[in-house]
Amino acid sequence: MNILDYLFFFLIFPGLIFSASMGLLIGWVDRKVTARLQYRIGPPWYQNFIDIIKLFYKETLVPEGASRGVFFAMPLVAMAAATLVSTILLVINVAPDSSFVGDIIVVVYLLMIPPIALMLGGFASGNPLASLGGSREMKLMLSYELPFLMALAVPIIKCGYALSIGDMITRQQAAAPVIASVSGALSFIVMILCVQAKLGFVPFDMPEAETEIASGPYIEYSGKTLAIFKITKAIMLFVLPVLLITLYFGGIDFTLEGFLKNVAEYIAILVVMIVIKNTNPRVRIDQAVRFFWRIPVILAIIALALAYIRL
Amino acid sequence: MGLKEKIFAKSLYVFHVSSGSCNNCDIEFIDCLTPRYDVERLGITLVGSIKHADVMLCTGSANRLTIPRIKILYEQMPKPGYVVVWGACGSSRGMFKDSYNTGQPLDEILPVDVYIPGCPPRPEAVIDGFVKLKEKIRSKGKAK
Repeated sequence: MNILDYLFFFLIFPGLIFSASMGLLIGWVDRKVTARLQYRIGPPWYQNFIDIIKLFYKETLVPEGASRGVFFAMPLVAMAAATLVSTILLVINVAPDSSFVGDIIVVVYLLMIPPIALMLGGFASGNPLASLGGSREMKLMLSYELPFLMALAVPIIKCGYALSIGDMITRQQAAAPVIASVSGALSFIVMILCVQAKLGFVPFDMPEAETEIASGPYIEYSGKTLAIFKITKAIMLFVLPVLLITLYFGGIDFTLEGFLKNVAEYIAILVVMIVIKNTNPRVRIDQAVRFFWRIPVILAIIALALAYIRL
Repeated sequence: MGLKEKIFAKSLYVFHVSSGSCNNCDIEFIDCLTPRYDVERLGITLVGSIKHADVMLCTGSANRLTIPRIKILYEQMPKPGYVVVWGACGSSRGMFKDSYNTGQPLDEILPVDVYIPGCPPRPEAVIDGFVKLKEKIRSKGKAK
């Protein structure tokens, strides 16, 4: 494989352009389902695309006293990390033998980069509300990473301690998917809650609470930088359900029947997340930490013990 | 009509500035976001930061305390941006015309694009105002 192939994978398919447009389309599903749950009509399907293009036409402002380098670098770092996750996941789903040992760990680390970049960008802007949002983001990350990693251990154990995504896919397709066991189902519940926090969806959206700290770390971002952060969010929204399908439902199946099943699973995960988002109020940061370190951690420990005795 | 104007007219992020109003107009904009009127279907979203905004929505008659702040906010809005003035006080200073405290009307401070009359304007009037703003944005592209 030469360098042009890698560039094509990263920039066009299944990397930046494909996952960003899928993410924006799924962002529309989110807005539309939210609107229908509130008995509204909701925006047309192209609304998110138009928002992004409009932001690219707008002026980009840098606040006085911001550290310019970090302020401009962080949106790009966040977008690059999110794009890399989607590239790795989708390429391995198409060709499981292109996987390498430990790529699940690479994916976990890359998924941590967009929140960290957002945090640093917020701090670099020099706005007090952005710093407040950044510190909330940090506390939220500390609270959800622990149950996330513990829940992630369950599919790894169920697939015979396989540390590569390709192995996990082939093993699940040969035997039963992870979700079909008690421990798998328990850790899937934990995972859904952690993904909700990773995406910054409503019960856990205090880093960017519009009504109290005016969108937090995003507050000083305008024009192109804001557009890049929005694209990052869209890619994360696209890629995290794909990660769940890969880990728990045995990856993407490329027969017609299997693919339709995958789409149904994807939409089910998405709708569950949107319904959680729309039926819950925003919690305080201490409530979120307390919640994540109690219920999901205990559930994850139970799931780990059950997985260890092969249940 | 250029592509840029077409796109701008379909996606407006609104930032809401209360320049000393009695809060009736402020409440009335929240009505526009409710299921009955739902301005999100027209691409209008309320944002929390002026740095994200395309439209600055001013309510109330500007008084001596708020005029400097309104000027700062207008300068912080990334251009191209539009100004909509809302309610009788914002458009003409209303009953505060001869007050010692409201020296200048809003349209002598800011380049106002659309006036929405009413005390407070009904949501239908608001949607009509936004339709006029969209027409104005589109026709700006034609003239060039």
